[in-house]
Amino acid sequence: MVGAGISSAVQVAVVAVGGPVLLGVMRKVRCRLEGRVGAPVLQPLVDIRKLFRKERLRPDQATWIFALAPVVLVSTVAVAAAVTPLVTTHPAFGAGSDLFVLVYLLLVGSTILALAGMDAGTAFGGMGSSRAVTIGALAEPALLVSILALSATAHSSNLAAIVRATLAGPGSVATPQRLFALGSLLIVIVAESGRLPVDNPATHLELTMVHEAMVLEYAGPDLAVVTVGEAMRLTLLLGIFVNLVAPWGVATTTHAADIAVGVASLAAKVALLGVALSVFEVSTAKVRLFRIPELLAGAFVLALLGVVSGLVVK
Amino acid sequence: MNAGTLVVTGAVLGLGAGIAGVALPHRSRVTGAAVLLWGACALEGVAAVHVLATGHAVVLHSSTILPLTGVEVMLSPLGAFFVLLVALVAVPATLHGIGYARHGLASRTAACVFPIFVTSLLLVPTAGSVATFMVLWELMALTSLLLVLVGHGRRAEARSAASWYAVLTQGGAALILIAWLVLAAHSGGQSFAAMGHHARHLAPAVRGLVFVLALIGFGSKAGVVPFHVWLPKAHPEAPSPVSALMSGAMVALGVYGIVLVGDALLGGGPVWWWLAVLALGAVSALFGSLHAASSTDVKRLLAYSTTDNVGLALLALGASGLFAATRHPVLASLGLVATLVLMLNHAAVKGALFLAAGSVQMATGSSDLDRLGGLLRRMPQTGALFLVAAAAITGLPPLNGFIGEWLLFQSLLHGAATGNTATDVAVPLAVAALALTAGLTVVAFVKAVGIGFLGRPRSQGADEAVEVPVTMRLAVGLLVAVCVVFGVVPALELPAVERAVRTAVPGVGSALLAHGVDVQLVGLRGVLAPTELAGAMAVAVVGVMVLRRSLSRRPTARVVDAWGCGRQLQTARMQYTATSFAEPVQRVFDDVLRPVQDLDVTHVAESRYVIEAVTFHNAVDDAIERGLYRPVVRVVRRCGQAARALQPGSVHRYLGYGLGALVIVLAALAMIG
Repeated sequence: MVGAGISSAVQVAVVAVGGPVLLGVMRKVRCRLEGRVGAPVLQPLVDIRKLFRKERLRPDQATWIFALAPVVLVSTVAVAAAVTPLVTTHPAFGAGSDLFVLVYLLLVGSTILALAGMDAGTAFGGMGSSRAVTIGALAEPALLVSILALSATAHSSNLAAIVRATLAGPGSVATPQRLFALGSLLIVIVAESGRLPVDNPATHLELTMVHEAMVLEYAGPDLAVVTVGEAMRLTLLLGIFVNLVAPWGVATTTHAADIAVGVASLAAKVALLGVALSVFEVSTAKVRLFRIPELLAGAFVLALLGVVSGLVVK
Repeated sequence: MNAGTLVVTGAVLGLGAGIAGVALPHRSRVTGAAVLLWGACALEGVAAVHVLATGHAVVLHSSTILPLTGVEVMLSPLGAFFVLLVALVAVPATLHGIGYARHGLASRTAACVFPIFVTSLLLVPTAGSVATFMVLWELMALTSLLLVLVGHGRRAEARSAASWYAVLTQGGAALILIAWLVLAAHSGGQSFAAMGHHARHLAPAVRGLVFVLALIGFGSKAGVVPFHVWLPKAHPEAPSPVSALMSGAMVALGVYGIVLVGDALLGGGPVWWWLAVLALGAVSALFGSLHAASSTDVKRLLAYSTTDNVGLALLALGASGLFAATRHPVLASLGLVATLVLMLNHAAVKGALFLAAGSVQMATGSSDLDRLGGLLRRMPQTGALFLVAAAAITGLPPLNGFIGEWLLFQSLLHGAATGNTATDVAVPLAVAALALTAGLTVVAFVKAVGIGFLGRPRSQGADEAVEVPVTMRLAVGLLVAVCVVFGVVPALELPAVERAVRTAVPGVGSALLAHGVDVQLVGLRGVLAPTELAGAMAVAVVGVMVLRRSLSRRPTARVVDAWGCGRQLQTARMQYTATSFAEPVQRVFDDVLRPVQDLDVTHVAESRYVIEAVTFHNAVDDAIERGLYRPVVRVVRRCGQAARALQPGSVHRYLGYGLGALVIVLAALAMIG
């Protein structure tokens, strides 16, 4: 249990530090592909340090929700990172790593952030919240149905159990059921973490913003916490995804050496996926807000195909 | 005192509360009736707990109270569960009613009818025969109808709402009565015990007929699509404590009726029954959540959300029946547990939300979200309670709504590949319906909280709002506390649910959930540790707060004007409204919602290039009401108009009608004879 606790703490630390670094890597790759030099990979960490030195500001209409939201966002992602099999297959409270629980845990963070967007009483905040919750609602069917498809091999929606089952029987990775479901899951992850083509994290035009509009009023340390939370969430989602695709390297014991290998393999896999996503982002443009439902409906159909193929190919 | 005496004494106390409402002077009327009513709730609650603890039904019989048929009481564990559910909402609703009284509940009629309504709610699940059941059921329908009408002097809409409610609920009652009569005729007795014996051996066609009639009849009470149209009309009109009871408790009794007939009496049935329930549930959940997401009146939003939640409960019930029909007793039991948990949690959450909405309406004079705003600063406690209840109904952990959705998802997940084609097709679609419903519920309640309680006040009423009296806050607080406690430690509610399922419904699997603090599915791979989850979340929140404070150089925040991308002036009218917030959802689902939009541009007389005024009208009507009911109403009205020609006011003509009718009857008799 002590070992499990330590490995969970390692997971949270990896996600918390690795998140901003991953953002730096993705930005760097993007800049290079566009023929620019780009900021150093560690720039996001430097930015966060700078933000923490600034003064905290609170809009006059805002309530305690405004101050609480960033904290809840980071906390829920941290709890999710602690119970998910990212580095080890036996994290503390591994029983809690039910995919359904994780989805709802992350929903807590996005919901309170949507509320915080409306707290200051500005036009853009409401706009961002409205768009974010709409996209979240439309992504939900694809998400849960792909979980249904992914749970079939292990007869459980427990992520640790799924990863262990995959390690025990590697053949289950390449089943049509799994592939369709993972394709759907990737689209949902892109939508939920506000990346292109659903939302452009680098935009400066308020009218096209989704997530950025929601957090426009944040400044200083609060903005730093929001940024960390978002980076952690992206890393966590990508980490879950890579361990569903290729769980190899994840520690099955709590030995220090195994955990070190687990951390290294997780970093390598997530970085690889991050680079791949940046390459894709360079080659694509943000779609119109009202075309996003079509994209997410496509993801839903993929997930449904996964479930159906699981019934047919048995 | 044995359990039977408790039930009877409780009923007498409840009726006594009604009499107190008439007899006591104006000042002590509502409080006096409330105290008696709490006594009634306590006695019925104790009897119910006793029945759940022992597992033995309480049976009483009296042939003198009701002429011809007599009264039969049978408080089974299933009924006891619903008695507790009603009491859970009734106690806080009555408490809230004391502060709310001057807004419609203080009149002599209301003070008399309200306790009788609560008593009938408490007693419906104790009925043991058709006659007893129908008397109590109709008493419940009539008293609630009168309470919807309480505000009719001030608002004409109340009359229209009451007509819709009356027609749908009485139509439903007629179908329920037919179902009972068919069942009674074939089982040689009108008591539920006799029916339970015989119903299993009836012809499939008769059983199917009974089930379909009961499903439609009870469904109209439960607010299932397409019989939901009375909910969004009646709830905004009824006083809030009445809304809380109607939506939290009365609607649950509709689900009780379906479980009673389908599972307890008929003992389950073929696959098509349950596919129908599943489909009805999925459509209700989606339609309800979609309309909740696009409603701009908070009570209308809550009413649609009730349809959505009943839909989810029926989804679980349908899945349970499917699994029972395909011989998976453990899964069937899990589905039924999910149904009851969803209904219990809904009662607590929806009770809290309606009561809080009533407090808001009292403080601001409006329930229109576009006239609210900034209430969390002006009514900090009511606002915070509404926020927690909204999070609970959205299904966020660690609150009770999450437990129900997790159980439903687990029952669907483990039933996903049972080898039966019907279930294998139905389950993924049910999961999708559950997911989209959950997502749209987030939209609806982020809107309700964000527009109603955050930002700047949008009207003078909202600006000048002050916190409501302490009793009203306490009432909402009690229900919210239940939401939190059942969410963090579900082991407190699950044993009662499991007992109700196991002893009342024959044929479903035995012990299902092992309880420590964790929820564990026996025979299936699924564990939930809500207490640990809640603890971890609390620790993490405190940890991150401390971290933020220690990392910040200047941790106390300076209050500044909102930035708003550099705007010089922020006014309340610049904010997003409930309508604009729901616009993306409305646009994505415009095929279902069919919004009516009207853009009217007036040009200046001199030049058509200069615009004088623009009016834009946007309304989301209920498409089912427009497409299904309005044509029927039109035809009925036309027939009525035509029939007026028969009544010219001439006595001679009326005498002629009498003579004609007599001749026709005599002729008919002669022909038969």
